[in-house]
Amino acid sequence: MFRRLPDKTAAGVVNFTIDGVRHVGRRGDTVAAVLLLSGARATRVSAVTAEPRAPYCMIGVCFECLVTVDGVGNRQGCLIAVANGMRIETQKTRREVGA
Amino acid sequence: MTTEPELKSDYDVAIVGAGPAGLAAAAVTAGCGLSTVLLDENPGAGGQVYRAIETTPVRDPKILDRDYTDGQDLILDLKDTTAQHVRNAVVWSLAQDGEIGVSIDGRAHMLRAKRTILATGAMERPFPIPGWTLPGVMTAGGAQTLLKASGIVPEGRIVMAGCGPLLWLCAYQLLQAGCNVQAILDTTDPAAQRSSIRHAARFATSPYVTKGVKLMAAVRRKIRVITGVTALAAHGDGQLETVTYSAKLGPVDRMTADHLLLHHGVIPNVNLAMSVGISHTWDDLQLCWTPNVDSFGTTSISGIAIAGDGAGIAGALAAQCRGRLAGIAAVRAIESNATGLPDELTVRRDLTHAMRGRRFLDHLYRPSRAFRIPTGDTIVCRCEEITADQIKATVALGVEGPNQMKSFLRCGMGPCQGRLCGTTVTELIADVRGVSPQDVGYYRLRPPVKPITLAELAGLPQTEDATKAVVRL
Repeated sequence: MFRRLPDKTAAGVVNFTIDGVRHVGRRGDTVAAVLLLSGARATRVSAVTAEPRAPYCMIGVCFECLVTVDGVGNRQGCLIAVANGMRIETQKTRREVGA
Repeated sequence: MTTEPELKSDYDVAIVGAGPAGLAAAAVTAGCGLSTVLLDENPGAGGQVYRAIETTPVRDPKILDRDYTDGQDLILDLKDTTAQHVRNAVVWSLAQDGEIGVSIDGRAHMLRAKRTILATGAMERPFPIPGWTLPGVMTAGGAQTLLKASGIVPEGRIVMAGCGPLLWLCAYQLLQAGCNVQAILDTTDPAAQRSSIRHAARFATSPYVTKGVKLMAAVRRKIRVITGVTALAAHGDGQLETVTYSAKLGPVDRMTADHLLLHHGVIPNVNLAMSVGISHTWDDLQLCWTPNVDSFGTTSISGIAIAGDGAGIAGALAAQCRGRLAGIAAVRAIESNATGLPDELTVRRDLTHAMRGRRFLDHLYRPSRAFRIPTGDTIVCRCEEITADQIKATVALGVEGPNQMKSFLRCGMGPCQGRLCGTTVTELIADVRGVSPQDVGYYRLRPPVKPITLAELAGLPQTEDATKAVVRL
């Protein structure tokens, strides 16, 4: 679990969904950050044995935070800032060719 | 400085990475009037050390002190120049002639620069222990990134493990932020400690020494530090539940934990540099691949330089100086009569100062063998889920290096393109073969070094000849 420290800046909020559920974030949050804050422990399953995985490096090198963003799969969540209306979907199954 | 996302097709200087080295290099080249584009894949400037420096919600100097907020100066230095900082710009290829492939918001572009400076920085060293793929296990640097960028911190019982300055800094910052850090499992190798002693006097003059000593003392007052840790594993069903460890070769101990934050220092992020064919050497002290560069960052490929930690780990202050030196070299190559260059000797003096005591840290925090060369069914390649034993087995079949091994196991061929396994694979194969990592070599990296969709590639402008080559009329 993660929590947010008190924020006295006026960054503004953004509204988006994670797996269809509405969430509110701070402008500037990355997709990986809001996924962790949402309480999700696993944010995808691994490609070979379908084991649960979660963001690991947060700097764009490990690719553990891959998610579907606005319909495009395998995006690096830690490099994308959340935006109003964004649809974030966790990748819960192994992906198949053509799927 | 502009943050205009529209790219031109040609620039004098292209810089990849807007951390301390990239920002400092851009200030030099743009300050001398050269058209300069600064490409960075993150939503904001600052790199990792000054992550989210313009937007951070954390304004409490007890948590993020001047060593962080000083990063704003680098952006101020750019403010009055014509440098173009492009955010969310993912560089996926670089050719030897300087052509760069980059994607921004799902659109690919090709651009060209007379000089390219790679300032792609460092990444945390892979830390392959049993259970390191479990949710709840992340890098200490990752937790620090969350703190800086979003003011988000781990809640619940935190265990930190490893060694290196960043581990202590992160522990201190989490303490200041009110987090419950239960223990630090300190893996500092006693042999490394002994070999570092002869460099200690020099470290006493380092710009980092006062803060380092104070910070470690503060952490020790609040957090239980278990030294001499020689074995470590994360356990849990679908997520982290417990951490087991053994200290000073004693019995295995266990603690429950909601978070395990790992750190074993940082290594150069080599993927883009290696993909363009820049020659690298295995550094036996820092235990990583380092590009062969001169003091201006000049590489084996003409027109392409590397600045900052990507050219060998030396820290943020040194990275700024190395960025300036690469910037100076680029300006001299393009515009020999340029005015407004910073004084090279002053920059070199600052660099020497910033580097003081580095050898001490390099020796002291050299991770021990047990944490670099895993055994048994410990996962080495997180993407393709390949274990240490599987890799060893291919060596028994006659495999001599990482590239041959790939074709047996797909190890290193997942989305991270070997970033999280490459160093381990090199050391593991070298160990089994009884040769040096240099002789084993590294993965042959090829563009695209970041994922790109077919639509992005297909959307690139095409020449008439290229179209004729594939379209039947």
